[in-house]
Amino acid sequence: MTEAQHITKERILALLENVKDPEVPVISIRELGVLRDVSVETGVVVVTITPTYTGCPAMDVMKADIEHELRASGIQDFEVKQVLAPAWTTDWISDEGRSKLKGYGIAPPERTADIRALKGAQPIVACPQCGSKNTVMLSPFGSTACKALWKCNDCLEPFDQFKCL
Amino acid sequence: MDQHQALLTYCLRRGDDNLILSHRLGEWCGHGPQLEEDIALTNRALDLIGQARNYLQYAAEVEGKGRTEDDLAFLRSERQFVNTMLVEQLNGDYAHTICRSFLYDAWHLPLQQALTKSADERIAAIAGKAVKEVSYHLRTSSEWMIRFGDGTEESHVRAQTALDALWTFTGDLFVQDDVDAILVKAGVVPDMAPIRSAFDKTVETVLAEATLERPVDGHMATGGRQGKHSEHLGYLLAEMQYLQRAHPGAQW
Repeated sequence: MTEAQHITKERILALLENVKDPEVPVISIRELGVLRDVSVETGVVVVTITPTYTGCPAMDVMKADIEHELRASGIQDFEVKQVLAPAWTTDWISDEGRSKLKGYGIAPPERTADIRALKGAQPIVACPQCGSKNTVMLSPFGSTACKALWKCNDCLEPFDQFKCL
Repeated sequence: MDQHQALLTYCLRRGDDNLILSHRLGEWCGHGPQLEEDIALTNRALDLIGQARNYLQYAAEVEGKGRTEDDLAFLRSERQFVNTMLVEQLNGDYAHTICRSFLYDAWHLPLQQALTKSADERIAAIAGKAVKEVSYHLRTSSEWMIRFGDGTEESHVRAQTALDALWTFTGDLFVQDDVDAILVKAGVVPDMAPIRSAFDKTVETVLAEATLERPVDGHMATGGRQGKHSEHLGYLLAEMQYLQRAHPGAQW
């Protein structure tokens, strides 16, 4: 059997679990919802990803990491495609991704269907450190494009929130 | 002019608007009035540069002459830039910077919302992403307009001064020419009338809460879409393009 015949979608998906968000290294690109599709046709692997934010510099790093991961496993024939539509939404972050974000100290985003989000009102965000809901947003723009900066009024710790998009 | 030429020009206009405003906001990097604001400004600059890249990449493809997004950004001269004059205006004080963004965002959001329904799939996809980011931009610049206007006596005066100075450039946002006419007819871009209504409504609501007065429409400076700019754009380009002009083709 040639190398090409060993290449299956399942194997690629397993490999890509190793590709993490460079800015939140606990969460994989699948859990983040950035990985949209993997297809293997006549030995050619096509990986489709979508950017979180239009200008997110991490996208280029993720693309390079995917290419590195594939090459390291002896896969030569591949293409990493970027698509814009449908536009990425934080609703695509998986439940395991959400709990990993929280464990990392980042409050996960509320759902876009949340009634407060629909009305454009500020969400009620629980502090990822102490769980208190007595929190306040300091700035809608945090350390990266996808995060807002919050502060907990109870434990007084500042924290990042992955903002709803 | 045919539709192909119109589409190319339209993509350049959208790309240039975002690129130039992004550069201006980026000038604040390391100079913000407080750390959170410094970060917030550069976050917005990053969103805008991403949107600029999308449009300039598309423009390069539509043109089909082998130029890249970088060629379009770094190797065109002042008269070849077709951004609206509002975005090239100097940062001034913080009220000035915020006011410039507020006027831009109040126009940009309804425009991107309308572009999500474009008959051109690529533009609809770009707008579909941009609209989410621009919603945050408008919310932030509106909140600051209210805080400045309804703040201290000094912040109120500064916000009103900025608004009065920048108002003349809002006319340029709504200019429509052959490019728009061809693309409106083809369903690629929206007519400006509903965008103007949405802009007016946002301005009215926010200024009322900010206790600021909407300036009276007087002489409106226009011409940006035809490559006629205020004196500020040349200096901006001189700085932005320096590296590629001095070391053509430099990469890192």
